[in-house]
Amino acid sequence: MDKRLERILPRVQKPARYTGGEYNAVMKNRDEVEVRYAFCFPDTYEIGMSNLGMRILYGIMNEMEGVWCERVFAPWGDMEEEMRKSGMPLYALESGDPIRDFDMVGFSVGYEMAFPAMLNMLDLAGIPLRTEERTALSPIVYAGGSAMYNCEPIAEFIDFASIGEGEDSTVEVIELYRRAKREGWDKPRFLREVAQIPGIYVPSLYDVSYNDDGTVAAITAKDGAPAKVTKRIVQDMNKAYYPAKTIVPTTEIVQDRVSLELFRGCIRGCRFCQAGYIYRPVRNRDPELCAEYARQACADSGYQEMTLSSLSSSDYPGLLPLCDELEPFCEGRHINMNLPSLRADNFSMGLMQRLAKGRKTGLTFAPEAGTQRLRDVINKNVTEEALMQSCATAFAGGYNAVKLYFMLGLPTETDEDVLGIAEVANHVVHCWRENAANHNRGLRVTVSTSWFVPKPHTAFQWEAQIPKEEYERRVELLRGAMKAKAVTYNWHAPDTSFMEAVLSRGDRRLGKVLYRAWELGSKLDAWEDYFSLERWMQAFADCGIDPHFYANRERSRDEVLPWSVIDCGVREDYLWNERQRAYEETTTPDCRSACGACGASRLIGRKCDG
Amino acid sequence: MAKLRMKFIKEEQAAWISHLDLMRTFQRCFLRAGLTVKHSQGFHPHPLMSILLPLSVGQSSVCELLDFETVEDVDTEALIRSMNEGMPVGIRVLECYDVTRPVRELKVLHARVEFEYDGGVPADAQEKLRELFSRESIIIQKRTKRKAMADVDIRPMLEEVLFAEEEDKLILTVRVQAQDPGLNPALLATAVEKELPELKPDFVRVRRLALLDGAGAEFR
Ligand code: SF4
Repeated sequence: MDKRLERILPRVQKPARYTGGEYNAVMKNRDEVEVRYAFCFPDTYEIGMSNLGMRILYGIMNEMEGVWCERVFAPWGDMEEEMRKSGMPLYALESGDPIRDFDMVGFSVGYEMAFPAMLNMLDLAGIPLRTEERTALSPIVYAGGSAMYNCEPIAEFIDFASIGEGEDSTVEVIELYRRAKREGWDKPRFLREVAQIPGIYVPSLYDVSYNDDGTVAAITAKDGAPAKVTKRIVQDMNKAYYPAKTIVPTTEIVQDRVSLELFRGCIRGCRFCQAGYIYRPVRNRDPELCAEYARQACADSGYQEMTLSSLSSSDYPGLLPLCDELEPFCEGRHINMNLPSLRADNFSMGLMQRLAKGRKTGLTFAPEAGTQRLRDVINKNVTEEALMQSCATAFAGGYNAVKLYFMLGLPTETDEDVLGIAEVANHVVHCWRENAANHNRGLRVTVSTSWFVPKPHTAFQWEAQIPKEEYERRVELLRGAMKAKAVTYNWHAPDTSFMEAVLSRGDRRLGKVLYRAWELGSKLDAWEDYFSLERWMQAFADCGIDPHFYANRERSRDEVLPWSVIDCGVREDYLWNERQRAYEETTTPDCRSACGACGASRLIGRKCDG
Repeated sequence: MAKLRMKFIKEEQAAWISHLDLMRTFQRCFLRAGLTVKHSQGFHPHPLMSILLPLSVGQSSVCELLDFETVEDVDTEALIRSMNEGMPVGIRVLECYDVTRPVRELKVLHARVEFEYDGGVPADAQEKLRELFSRESIIIQKRTKRKAMADVDIRPMLEEVLFAEEEDKLILTVRVQAQDPGLNPALLATAVEKELPELKPDFVRVRRLALLDGAGAEFR
């Protein structure tokens, strides 16, 4: 073990997250490796190790001959401080080697608030932050993950972005890099070539011009880069890699269990939901195969808990057969199955009981809006009746805690919609009185609201985020209406949501703001411990940029959106039409009931699975 | 059904695994090896396993002991083999046998404590430390379970300290009382810091070598 590290570890919290050496961590012989790959996650070990996508790509890369993929996470503040003090650069967990000596540095970025952590990790590694300062072929710094559907704010820092599911493109990119290294290409040549790989976006090969009003005038591709970069996807989930043999951390992580991926995509089409659009189309994995992977993963890891991890797992057509198949195995090994995302309309008590095996934890529902009208606007096709039905069954079965999630500031929201949230909560309380099997234990209803953030590649990508004062007024309004004693109301601190709204629909000019914010001390900004709105406002002021231009401005249909080079499969026309329908309060059926021809099926060249 | 004791090494990266995490790690390791540890009865059943004298985070050991109960009879050799196939780096199971001796017969801890001096071991260090550890009493401040600081005399728990030097290290081979109350060998450095601040080492490394009974034989 590195001597500096040995001396640092006694002084930091949870040192085991900085040592590596876990079961199933991949070790290779440095001398036999041609491409050293630092797989970076711009958040803590506990968060990063909980990410299934990262485990998939780690497995795929390490199956490649001559390639060694190692993990790198963001150190917590105490560790960072110690590392900087002792001059220890950011290292990879497997080998302990500094990542500045690696060939490729790939970030997996799932949300915009991780951008500062990315910059901080590069700095801690001793790697120049900007692509133009990195003139050599190594290290190449790039990023993938769902935040890359608009990577403009970090365009000046990354050499390229990988759009969509990385199973195939990662291998293609590494093979190209290997060739470049063997043949002695320079970096510009590599970037021109890598731009030819489908799903790869090289920001420096696109010139952006602006109108006088600050909006984007045009984005022009050069050096043969494609005008549109279409996301990559796995065509057939039955052939897709599943990490049945995967790292088992020796310290507790957020998702400390087997994560079983049943399908990708979501049939629902909620208009605010970026995941719902960018992961289209739905592709199912056969239940027999899921069961086989579940058995392998539990046996190999020794985990006794398993999560079904898909966007809306209860929509999986093979859920019942899968449960049948797995029941004896889970019984025998005392394995609990969890279903994280429940929908109020297809919840059945039988299912719940089988999944939770008598452990009566709370129920979680996300109606998102307080009235049917507004739920129609956002296409969250859940009726209050269905929600009450589910609650009634659950209360009769002995459950006594319900969590309800809503958003404030959705397009067209009125005070009536806001107050509707309190009514839903009251109805749940009433429903409990009527149906509870046992009134002695009391009821707990938790209502949480967040401030709606319009996201790119959704039907609401043109919307303005409501001003902060208005959000706070609606919170107060709702707070006043929450009278029942059994109901607790939590509202999300608004500052992060504002920054999310700025960054998620930002353009390249935000690069300098990000850089300035990092200089001022931004790092793990996804954590409340580190986030500071004042610091961001200072950075905006220093750079002469108005954040409200990005967060609180409605875009017109003909505006060139900064992320318009990126094609997520769903046509922009379709999204606009969905927005129109939202204002007409017209719902759109889910993909299983009727295909709305959004465009995503052309990515698989067949009918979507539904 | 069996009550078994397992002796294992915990070193290198694994030295940084906390006690609670180590329990979890073993639990999963048992399951990977296909062994079901017996669970307690009652509302929140937990696996019946315990680690004797939990090691401080950061210290290493070649003599850790874990007691556990199993539902079925166990082929211990096969169990050791399959567990060692899937351990985190730095943990290795050495032996597994039926529990015959109660934990209270464990009396003495044999350990190696390295004091690192970046500028070389001071010339008079051995002599002064020898003097310090042979005093009538050595009072240090120790955090109690209730988080307050209390004075503790560690001298009665200290049976033997031998000295050796190696490059920039002063090596103390110690025998200390193992339990009721036990002495964490790292506290020897605390005593030095308090009584001989000029000899405070730049880094302290502790490694357990053996667990002994009252007669000085290995406790099994
Ligand atoms: S093509 Fe049709 S079925 Fe497929 S995702 Fe789009 S709307 Fe749904």
